Amino acid sequence: MSTDTLMPERSGLLSPITSSPTWIRFSHTALYRYVIFPLGQIFVFVVGAALLLTVISYVIAFLFPEPRENINLVTQLNRQLPGMIISGISIGFVYAMIALGYTLVYGVLKFINFAHSEIFMVGSVSAFAILSFIGSLGGLEGWNPILLVVVTVALSAVLSGLLAVGIERVAYKPLRRAPRLVPLITAIGISYILQDVVRAIASLTINDFNLTYPTRDLDWIRNPILTLTFGEYDVRVRTTSVIIIIAAIIMLLALNYFVNGTKSGRGIRAISMDQTTAGLMGIPVNLMISLTFFIGGAFGGAAGALFGLNVGNVTPYIGFFPGLKAFTAAVLGGIGNITGALLGGILIGMIESFLNGILVYFPAVGIRYTDIITFGILIAVLIFRPSGLLGERVDEKV
Amino acid sequence: MTTITARPQQAANWKDQLNRPSVALIVGLAYIVCAVFLAEVTDRSSLWYPLANMIAVPIFFIAPLVVVSLNITRWLKIALLVIMLGLIMPIIGVANPTYLEIAIQVSIFAGLALGLNIVVGFAGLLDLGYVAFFAVGAYLWAVFTSPVDTVFMINGWTLPGEAFFIMIAIGVFGAAFVGILLGLPVLRLRGDYLAIVTLGFGEVVRMLVRNLDSPINFTNGAQGLYGVGSPPLPGFAIGFTTTIASAFGIRVDNPDAIAGQLMFYVIAIITLLVIILVCSRLKDSPIGRAWTAIREDEVAALAMGVPLVRMKLLAFASGAAFAGAIGVIYASKQTFIDPESFVLLQSISILAMVIVGGMGNIKGVILGAMIITIVDLSTLSNLSLQFNNFRNAGMLDIPPALEPAKYQPLVFGLILVLMMLFRPAGLLPEKSRKLELQAEKEDPLALPTEEPLEDAVLVDTSTPEER
Repeated sequence: MSTDTLMPERSGLLSPITSSPTWIRFSHTALYRYVIFPLGQIFVFVVGAALLLTVISYVIAFLFPEPRENINLVTQLNRQLPGMIISGISIGFVYAMIALGYTLVYGVLKFINFAHSEIFMVGSVSAFAILSFIGSLGGLEGWNPILLVVVTVALSAVLSGLLAVGIERVAYKPLRRAPRLVPLITAIGISYILQDVVRAIASLTINDFNLTYPTRDLDWIRNPILTLTFGEYDVRVRTTSVIIIIAAIIMLLALNYFVNGTKSGRGIRAISMDQTTAGLMGIPVNLMISLTFFIGGAFGGAAGALFGLNVGNVTPYIGFFPGLKAFTAAVLGGIGNITGALLGGILIGMIESFLNGILVYFPAVGIRYTDIITFGILIAVLIFRPSGLLGERVDEKV
Repeated sequence: MTTITARPQQAANWKDQLNRPSVALIVGLAYIVCAVFLAEVTDRSSLWYPLANMIAVPIFFIAPLVVVSLNITRWLKIALLVIMLGLIMPIIGVANPTYLEIAIQVSIFAGLALGLNIVVGFAGLLDLGYVAFFAVGAYLWAVFTSPVDTVFMINGWTLPGEAFFIMIAIGVFGAAFVGILLGLPVLRLRGDYLAIVTLGFGEVVRMLVRNLDSPINFTNGAQGLYGVGSPPLPGFAIGFTTTIASAFGIRVDNPDAIAGQLMFYVIAIITLLVIILVCSRLKDSPIGRAWTAIREDEVAALAMGVPLVRMKLLAFASGAAFAGAIGVIYASKQTFIDPESFVLLQSISILAMVIVGGMGNIKGVILGAMIITIVDLSTLSNLSLQFNNFRNAGMLDIPPALEPAKYQPLVFGLILVLMMLFRPAGLLPEKSRKLELQAEKEDPLALPTEEPLEDAVLVDTSTPEER
């Protein structure tokens, strides 16, 4: 997402357009750099991932036409495909938003923030608290749904961001020069502390740590927002999927603008390249690192709130699997690379959604192996291409 | 750098302190008082009993480790240890089997921690999925001896208990094999990547165990395996139990069960001794030095001719082998295992043992295992009981939701964070690691070590001109 890549590249099919002076002038406008280009990128990733997985699933359907008796995989696929793609996009955006937190922190500190999955959890739990509070004011029915969602997501994002900054100050900052495993172990400890503190607070206040969102039974959450018809099949789109997609796109555009278009974003990029030199150039390193943690935490928290709205039921332990999958996404895309996190998140979300849709028909495997396959992808990526899809391979300097 | 020469002196001071006769006397007296307390005081209902117990248990269990650190002749040390572990411990165990259980768990987890110490402490490879090897050993024994109808059951035949010791050997090799299987693909990874992959591996093993009940039932899935077989109980064990009981006037309701626990205690202690022996011999062997070299600097080690691949695989395999053997013992002792016995928290608590004690230091790791196991099994539950007593007495009202026994992960987390912040080398640091951490801390002029940029930059550094 750096400005360099926005320059027209190589000669190709589009070169008559891309090398024309009008286009070059256009490609330097803010509209292109901060809106059209990132939107196009998201679009390309989504369509690419959807196409790729559709092709793969039809190949599977061709190889195993009838995995169970009286079930034709091709007809099932025809029926489910749009639904799988939409749920894949929404869960993929959630993963992408969490993955951004991993990637931002890794880019700046070269450190895997293991506690990030718990920041995500805190986001979803605080969204529950905020919605319960609004509910006690009678706002759930009274307020405009859009206002409700915006307030909830924004507040839980800010809370999680502040929490992330606090954790960085207390637990990571003193260890910045320690061997690399030391902060990782601290982060593991922090994640257990967060889980248990949230559980303690939840069980003290409402006597239960299984938190059911008060919004779950609202009509606009329960009923699909629109029904699409593809041929003879209807596809019902859940409101929460649309909320997730819109919120994620807005936040991704904002992040792109922040990182590439503002002074602070330039500071963060400078620190990710060379912390010492950046410090010598007058960039307030500690402030920028805190800012990075805030943004990463806010994205994780917002993802948590959206995830909670979608699922409707959270516990202090929900963070682990989404966190690990988002980490897989970050690594798949190339950790440290923002575009990579986006691509990885969408891919992992799509893969999960397609697996959930297809593995049902394979009784010998079943959807309980979805998580194992995701881990398998993580391990395979790390082994065969540790730098990820978009990362560049750099040999170690000695 | 001048500080480095000053370091051993301090350590010597600490040792001297310990060796002053008065200190040794106090420790000895405290041990005897605690032992008498644990054996004799049975009035559980008194208000302060849990607190007293909470203090007595750690002193009692850690005392043998203090004896090992004393500066006395080797024979005296061995004699004291034999008395403590071979005589006093069984007597107290017969009087109150809870302490025998703690002793067995401490030995089991000390063995596991020593195995993980080979991977993390010696070779510097952070393994967050260590419990997977433990699970391999445990399931290896359980599937063959449990009466649950799995695919390994042929006409209702289960493996007889006599096969236990053979199975320990098979567990060693089976787990080592799995260790190599994991080690092979992750050889290229370093540091935090390795940690995440091993974490994923541990979860994969757990989920496989949970899901392998259909279509073919291998592990009985989430229900777990019950009725896991145990080795045959030698006749003299029961006789020993009843003799001790009658000699000290202890009423024993179920001598068979206690004799069985005593047998597991002996097995666990012997296994632990073997593991300690192997670890201490390995540490200063050429292999151990190669591991240290890899831990300190992989590239330099490679340049000096250390066979990286073989040494890393060996570290994984030997760490896993210990876990496999202990898994067999654990399954047999628990008689019931299910996938939830092998969750990530278990790996983390074993890691916490290694870290609390001091990575790389055998004595330290055992101390860490003792502390964490005792906190888990005794201190937290005693604290809960104490709060409960307070509540019943109307002195202090702490809501039941905050019972310390429920917050074991929180305590582990706090221990990990506080240790990393304030004593990253552990309670009993290994000498070289301590020096390394000290040197880094006390050199204010040191620039941050230059990290390779790797692939990880927020900016796409390639410019169009380069393409």
